Amino acid sequence: MKLDAGGKRAAFMPYLMGGFPSLEASVAVGEACADGGADVVELGIPFSDPLADGPVIQAAGSAALRAGATVDGVLGVCERLAPRLPVVVMCYANLVLARGPEAFAAALREHGASGLIVPDLPMEEAPAVLAACDAAGVDLVPLVAPTTPDERLAAIGARARGFVYTVSVVGITGEREALADAFADVVARAKRATSVPVALGFGISTPAQAAQAAGAGADGVIVGSRLVRAVADGDDVRALVAGFAAALS
Amino acid sequence: MTDVEHRFGRYGGQYVPETLMPALGELEAAWRTAVADPGYRAELDELLRDFAGRPSALYRARRLGEHAGRTLYLKREDLNHTGSHKINNALGQGLLAKRMGKQRVIAETGAGQHGVASATACALLGLQCVVYMGVEDTKRQKPNVERMELLGARVVPVEGGTGTLKDATSEAIRDWVTNVRDTHYIIGSVVGPAPYPAIVRDLQRVIGDEARAQLLEREGRLPDRVIACVGGGSNAIGIFTAFVGDADVELIGVEAAGDGLASGRHGAPLTVGGRAGVLHGSLSAVMQDAEGQITEAHSISAGLDYPGSGPEHAHLRDTGRASYVAVTDEEALRAFATVTRLEGIIPALETAHAFHYALEEPSDSALDLICLSGRGDKDLAQVLARLGA
Repeated sequence: MKLDAGGKRAAFMPYLMGGFPSLEASVAVGEACADGGADVVELGIPFSDPLADGPVIQAAGSAALRAGATVDGVLGVCERLAPRLPVVVMCYANLVLARGPEAFAAALREHGASGLIVPDLPMEEAPAVLAACDAAGVDLVPLVAPTTPDERLAAIGARARGFVYTVSVVGITGEREALADAFADVVARAKRATSVPVALGFGISTPAQAAQAAGAGADGVIVGSRLVRAVADGDDVRALVAGFAAALS
Repeated sequence: MTDVEHRFGRYGGQYVPETLMPALGELEAAWRTAVADPGYRAELDELLRDFAGRPSALYRARRLGEHAGRTLYLKREDLNHTGSHKINNALGQGLLAKRMGKQRVIAETGAGQHGVASATACALLGLQCVVYMGVEDTKRQKPNVERMELLGARVVPVEGGTGTLKDATSEAIRDWVTNVRDTHYIIGSVVGPAPYPAIVRDLQRVIGDEARAQLLEREGRLPDRVIACVGGGSNAIGIFTAFVGDADVELIGVEAAGDGLASGRHGAPLTVGGRAGVLHGSLSAVMQDAEGQITEAHSISAGLDYPGSGPEHAHLRDTGRASYVAVTDEEALRAFATVTRLEGIIPALETAHAFHYALEEPSDSALDLICLSGRGDKDLAQVLARLGA
C-alpha cells in the first residue's frame, strides 16, 4: 500500500473495532470515517485477551465478541470498506496462528485488506507471518516503541512493509491529556531507520495532538480509543474524523 | 544451571508488544549475570534456608500410604514460609529486581499464594509491590488478600473477563507495558514470554533437587512416579526437572477437570490436547475456540483455574516424557478431606488434585513422590461452604 495523505501534512488513520457495536454498525462507522476525510482505516478484529489495549478498546472488543463478531464477520466488514479506502487489519497473534499464517493472509487478500498489524508479534516471531503476507501481497506493518533501541529499530525498519507503526508512549492504547515527552524523538528515530512512511499512534486524542504529531514529522496519525469512545457514546463519527483531518490540513 | 531456553521444542517464544522486548532482553542478561555470580546464589541460598525454611521436609505419609497400597512420600512445600512453593521463585526474582535497580514489583495471583510470596519478598527486600488478582479470586481467597495488604502490597482487583487468574495476568502485563522502565514483573509460574519459563523453572527446581537427594538417602532408590498438580505448572516443573533424566521415573502432571472434561468447564489444556495457541506471551497448550479466542477455564481451585500452561510442559507431553491427567472438583474435595483426616495435613485445593490421582487411580507403582505444593488454610471458607458444613 502507499500511505497517501491526500495533500494533507499527514494521513489520518482512524481505528475502529470490527463488530462493535455490531458488524453492520461497524461498516457504517468505517463509512463515516471515509466520509469525514480518513485516508486509511485500521480495522480491529476483537480478541479475548488484548494485552496492548486499554479499557476503551478492551470493552469494545468484549462487546463485539458478545454480539457474535467472528474473524470472517470482520473480514466481511473489511471487504465492504476496501472500495472506499485502504483497510489495515489489526489483530492479535493467536487469531492469525489459529487459522495459519498462509490461510489468514490469503483471507485478508480475498477481502481486500491492504495491510496487517499484529501488536503481539515482535520481529523475532514474525518470519512465517511476514512470508505469508508477502506472498499474498498484504503489507505486514511492524510496531516500534520508545523503548526500542536504534539498532533494533533499524532491523525492524528494514523488514517494514507499508509503514512503520510508531507507538508514542511507553504503555497501552488509551486517551491521554498530552502526548508523551519523547514522542517526537521516537518519530525522528523511526524515520531515520526506514525507507517506508512512519505513522504515530497510541494516546492521540485531540486534533491539536494530531497536528503536533504531523509537526514532528509523522507521515500518518492513528487515533483509536477516542474514536471507539465516540462510537460507544453514539457521537457523530464523521464530524469527529473531519475535525482531525482538518487539523492535519 | 540449565540454558535460558526461548523455545521448548516448538513451544514458548516471545509474543508480546514491542515495548517489552528490550525489557525481556535486559531481564535475560541480568539473569545470566546473576546465576554466574556466586554472590547472588549465596544470598538466595541464605534466604531460602533461614527465611523460607529450606530444605523442606520429605515426609513419608504412612496412613495415606496404607490407603493407597504403596509407599508415599510428600515433598513438604506447604511447610515453607508463606505456605507454598511460590516463595522459592519470589525470593529469587525479588533479589533479581534489586540487582536490576527496579524499585517497583508487580505480580499476578490466582489462589493468592504467589501474591503473598511476592508481597513477602518485597517487604523483606524493601520493594514496592502491586498484586493483580481477579475480582472473583479476591472473594474466594480473602485471607490471602488480607495477608498481602498487611505486608504492604497494594492488591488491585481485576474486573475484566472472568475475574480470575487469566485476567489478572493480562492486567499485570498491561501494567508492565506501561511501567517497564522502573518495574520488574515477577511472573508466578513457568508461563509468559521467554526468558520467564526458564527463570521460574530454575528457581523452582530446588524442589526436585532436594527431594531426589532426600529420597535416595532414605530409601536408596528413586520413586516410580512423581506426581504434581499443574495450573501454569511451576511446582510440577520444580519437582520434575531433577528426574527428567531418570528414564524409569514416571512424571505425572494433574490438571483441573472442574465439572468434568466433557462439560468443557475445566482447566486442563494439556490433558485435552488440540491445537497449540498463544496466551500471555508464549505458545503452548491453551483452551481456545476454533477461531483462536481463548476460552474460560473453570476449577474450584483458583490456582488451577487457568486456560493456559507452561510451554515446557507442552513439550514434555509431546515428547512423552511426562503425562498429564485431570481430576474434577468433586474428586479434589474428597482427597482434601482424606488427606486432612488421615494424615493431619490440610493441603491446598490445588494439591488435592494431585492427591486424588495418587490415592485413588490404580497403578502398579511401589513408591510415589507427591509435591505437596501448598497448605490449605486459604481454602477453608470455600471448602466448608461447598461441603455444606
